[in-house]
Amino acid sequence: MLVRRVWPSRPTFDSPFADFDSVRREMQRLLDSVAGDTFGQVGAGVFPPMNVTQDNDNFYVRAEVPGIKPSELSISAIRNRLSLAGNREIPREHDRVSYHRKERAEGSFNRTVTLPTEIDSDKVDAHYADGILTLTLPKAEETKPRQIKVRT
Amino acid sequence: MNPPDKQEATAMGNAARTEIQKAEKAAAPAVAEQTRPGPVYSPAVDIFENDNSITVLADMPGVKAQDLQIDLRESVLTLTGRVTPPESPGESDVVREYRSGAFVRQFTLSETINQSGIDAKLADGVLRLELPKVEKAKPRQITVRTS
Repeated sequence: MLVRRVWPSRPTFDSPFADFDSVRREMQRLLDSVAGDTFGQVGAGVFPPMNVTQDNDNFYVRAEVPGIKPSELSISAIRNRLSLAGNREIPREHDRVSYHRKERAEGSFNRTVTLPTEIDSDKVDAHYADGILTLTLPKAEETKPRQIKVRT
Repeated sequence: MNPPDKQEATAMGNAARTEIQKAEKAAAPAVAEQTRPGPVYSPAVDIFENDNSITVLADMPGVKAQDLQIDLRESVLTLTGRVTPPESPGESDVVREYRSGAFVRQFTLSETINQSGIDAKLADGVLRLELPKVEKAKPRQITVRTS
């Protein structure tokens, strides 16, 4: 079953409270570590965890997706929305094994994020290495900040 | 974090088509403080054994083979993986849901391991570590001679 989940409506982008937000998350993390509760609502709470960064020309989306074959990932981008779907399967081991621990999760995921500005979806680049997916999303030409020269 | 028993593990195996549940990167319990500053996480692991070996699978996204250390001494297995932050200096954060940091985890093994036969493989951020058990003395039939 595929369930589509959208980024939480919390205004995280370009918010003046972004710093408070990161402090709040760190506090939450700290409290969780004291309480021994690892299921605290930090980040979006949806697999895979993603980091979004930007520079003048591009957005960079990085996701921790260990053990997934690049062919199992489906990535689509339109206007300012990016969807990442896939399936993480842990291969069955030989029958005659007994498990001590089974902590690694498996299953399907589908996640959509909205970027602050539109992107040039034709030029999106995806790269997978060491379990981390890196997407480079060039900002659309018309949304890039323009340098304005001051005449004297 | 109770080790699931065998039945539970099979049940989890059957529910393969369910949606993946996101667990937050767990901070590693402070056994001894790391000399390098920065966050330290505890990688999710699967551990299973059969008659011949113990296998450890660990999710360590972002760890390159040269940054991974596996240490086994006096039946304590230590996995240490360092992660170099992938961001270039010109980038500024928009949303940050995870942080890059080291992965550290320790296990005490109850079986004697054949040190020379240990095999480690790191692919797509997943470590697969095979720890072969030391062969036990084979049972020998002793025939009693009669004079």
